[in-house]
Amino acid sequence: MSVRSLAERRYLPVLAIVVLIATAPLFFHSLFYYRIGALVFIFALAVVGLNLLMGFAGQVSLGHAGFLGIGAYAVAIGPTFFGLPPWASLIIGGVLSGVVAFAVGRPILQLRGHYLAVATLGFGVLISIVLTNEAEWTGGPDGMNVPHLVLFGWTVRGADVWYWLTGATFIGGFVLAGNMVDSPTGRALQAIHDSEIAARILGVDVASKKLTIFIISAVYASVAGSYLALFNGLVTPEVAGFLRSIELVAMVVLGGMGSVVGALVGAAVLVVLPQALTVFHEYEQALLGLIIMVFMIFLRRGIVPSLAATLSGWRR
Amino acid sequence: MMILHAEQLAIGFGGVRAVDGVTLGIESGQVFSIIGPNGSGKTTLFNLISGIYVPNDGIIQLAGETVTGLAPEALARRGLSRTFQNLQIFFRMSVLENVMVGRHRHERTGILADMLHWPSVKRQNEETQKAALAALARVGLADLAERPASSLSYGALKRLEIARALASEPRVLLLDEPAAGCNSVETQEIDRVIRSIAKDGVTVVLVEHDMRLVMNVSDRVHVLSQGKTLTEGTPEQVRSNADVIEAYLGVHGSQEAMRAFG
Amino acid sequence: MTAELLQFIFSGLTVGAVYALVGLGFTLIYNASDIINFAQGEFVMLGGMITVFLAAAGVPLPLAALLAIALTTTVGLALHRFAIEPARGASPVALIMITIGASIFLRGIAQIVFDKRFHSLPSLFGNEPVRFGGATILPQSLVVLASAGIIVLLLWLFIERTLLGKAVAATAANRLAARLIGMNTRRIVDFSFAVSALIGAIAGILITPITLTSYDAGTLLALKGFAAAMLGGMGSGPGAVVGGLVLGMLEALSAGYISSNYKDAVAFLVILVVLIFMPHGLFGRAKIERV
Repeated sequence: MSVRSLAERRYLPVLAIVVLIATAPLFFHSLFYYRIGALVFIFALAVVGLNLLMGFAGQVSLGHAGFLGIGAYAVAIGPTFFGLPPWASLIIGGVLSGVVAFAVGRPILQLRGHYLAVATLGFGVLISIVLTNEAEWTGGPDGMNVPHLVLFGWTVRGADVWYWLTGATFIGGFVLAGNMVDSPTGRALQAIHDSEIAARILGVDVASKKLTIFIISAVYASVAGSYLALFNGLVTPEVAGFLRSIELVAMVVLGGMGSVVGALVGAAVLVVLPQALTVFHEYEQALLGLIIMVFMIFLRRGIVPSLAATLSGWRR
Repeated sequence: MMILHAEQLAIGFGGVRAVDGVTLGIESGQVFSIIGPNGSGKTTLFNLISGIYVPNDGIIQLAGETVTGLAPEALARRGLSRTFQNLQIFFRMSVLENVMVGRHRHERTGILADMLHWPSVKRQNEETQKAALAALARVGLADLAERPASSLSYGALKRLEIARALASEPRVLLLDEPAAGCNSVETQEIDRVIRSIAKDGVTVVLVEHDMRLVMNVSDRVHVLSQGKTLTEGTPEQVRSNADVIEAYLGVHGSQEAMRAFG
Repeated sequence: MTAELLQFIFSGLTVGAVYALVGLGFTLIYNASDIINFAQGEFVMLGGMITVFLAAAGVPLPLAALLAIALTTTVGLALHRFAIEPARGASPVALIMITIGASIFLRGIAQIVFDKRFHSLPSLFGNEPVRFGGATILPQSLVVLASAGIIVLLLWLFIERTLLGKAVAATAANRLAARLIGMNTRRIVDFSFAVSALIGAIAGILITPITLTSYDAGTLLALKGFAAAMLGGMGSGPGAVVGGLVLGMLEALSAGYISSNYKDAVAFLVILVVLIFMPHGLFGRAKIERV
């Protein structure tokens, strides 16, 4: 296969998603749908990053909402306490998340399997505890208000505007992730996932690569968290909580580990689900738990890869 | 030129001395085989040389530089590569992609360039692909490049690992039982590949049970028994050495030697 | 020793005893199957909540407690049979995710079947605090400590003195070897889940008079019990017990002398510190990895 058709293979999903995002509003009856769409894109962005870590590099993070929280509170604390504009706070939040990921990742990523899982879990919960307790800075359990995002002098307001903004950002993050998969770094990461020892003997600096992808996935989550806070106008410590971290992992698993398109699917399912439940919203947690169990037991590959496998079976 | 030198290497696991004071020297361009009955420490020795284990005692020198205790990545950068007895294939990737990873130490783009897919990355991908295809051609797997690695036969997977190791352009290539589990046709392929690699000046170090293959391709043979060196010499010398025969035969006579030397 | 310090130690030991029992449950299951069961905390929650609601429905308290223990044990067995067993062979992370899913599921069901409020149970020997060395300790705390001690002793006797116990120990030491000599390891894992659930439920019933319970009490308990097991050394029963008690005291002391807000953070700090600096904990066994 020539390099060109490899590129074609990559650009097709991007094109499809762009078309999907651009045409979906034709079916929207009200601003409510734009709102759902924006939320889906926000979480899908975080999931793309987490998928790079879990699906490609084969590491696990049960505390990724911690970075969501850092990004979310950055755009609350920056303007409130330092007079920084939200867009600058977003960038600072991303940098801060990267730094924290570097500091925490160095020691933690040496761990394997369930030890790594629990270490990341511990990290995530610690962040949410800090956010809950440092009430002077964070407003405590009730959270803080978040000002509107102002870009180039124009205030970002309204669910429809947010839909386009988050959609565009998601596409950007999606393209960057896809680029990485089809590159020396991407191949090295997948190699680490399949056989760390073989990757090492071929010269891959495993520790450094794992750390790099951990930092990148942290920044993705941070940006998503910032958007979430700016979109809602409000941020509470739950954004960094254990349940939120598990939801993110569930989105990765549902959509398909290692599938960048799966990020959108996974996010869509778990964002729409609570909305669809309405009257039965009490069942949300039980349902989430059930979904996680069912998928991890029977459909470990996730929706998109399973569908793809079935479809390619048909084509033959 | 002595390209690989190990002096009094030793390592123990929980009381068992798996390798006990082994010394060997390998000349550049040789095909050097390490043989011995099961449990003699061959794979452990390989793991020591390739940096997977750190020896308790002894030193290892690669092209004159002391490399004892260096990690596998560092050894890879110095031109050492290996295959694995238990096949460490990247099963999620295609045959071609497996070998492309072998090019890693020659690839020059960074993470940022990779994510932005700058022209340098496109060029790098093309170069890597070309070199990988060439390596696949050398082991006779070029037409299977697009297939998922998981779809290959066992013998083909063994050759794939060799292609992958070759792609890194090593000076020293360690082959860990490349013919294990292969039938006679596949073993002949391995034979051909080893000779072709040696002709290019790559030093090949072989751990192998298949005596016919060992006798055919080796310049020198080093025999291990219970973690210690039994003897070393040309294939003919080793083959007729009484101690070697006894190590394989044991006191009551073992089928292993019968099959091996038959 | 000041009365204040003694007070902290008492409360620390009490809650530490619960952590010890949860940690012990973790260890039992981990030893039999290499699985880290995050639903461990839900067993504690179910023990307390089921008792509360059965008693409220008119069932005599002792019977309610027994039923709660029986039901929770069944839940533990069901967890193994329906969630873990079908996923045999999955990666450790996948299995953790399943137990996390189970934990969330059980919590969600509890939310619907019970309610979202805090609940309590009457203490066994009344609420009159006992004076000791200038500090006070609740009678229920003594009950908790004594019960934990008895349970640990019984488990130890079981493992050392009975055939089934030795089978469990053998499975823990080397599962493949155990299977090769004909042991039904599936039954043994069943058993470990059941016993874990059982001691979790007992712990829940005993601690509810002191700390109250609610539908979501399980999660934090599971994490702290895990921290206890990690501190003691994953795979070591005595370690889990020691770890639990130490963790309980660390929590109480830091709540008393540093900040009560960050009390919960102690367990997570312990997890991180242990994982990074001494992954084998205090008494854990090192595993030799071979390539």
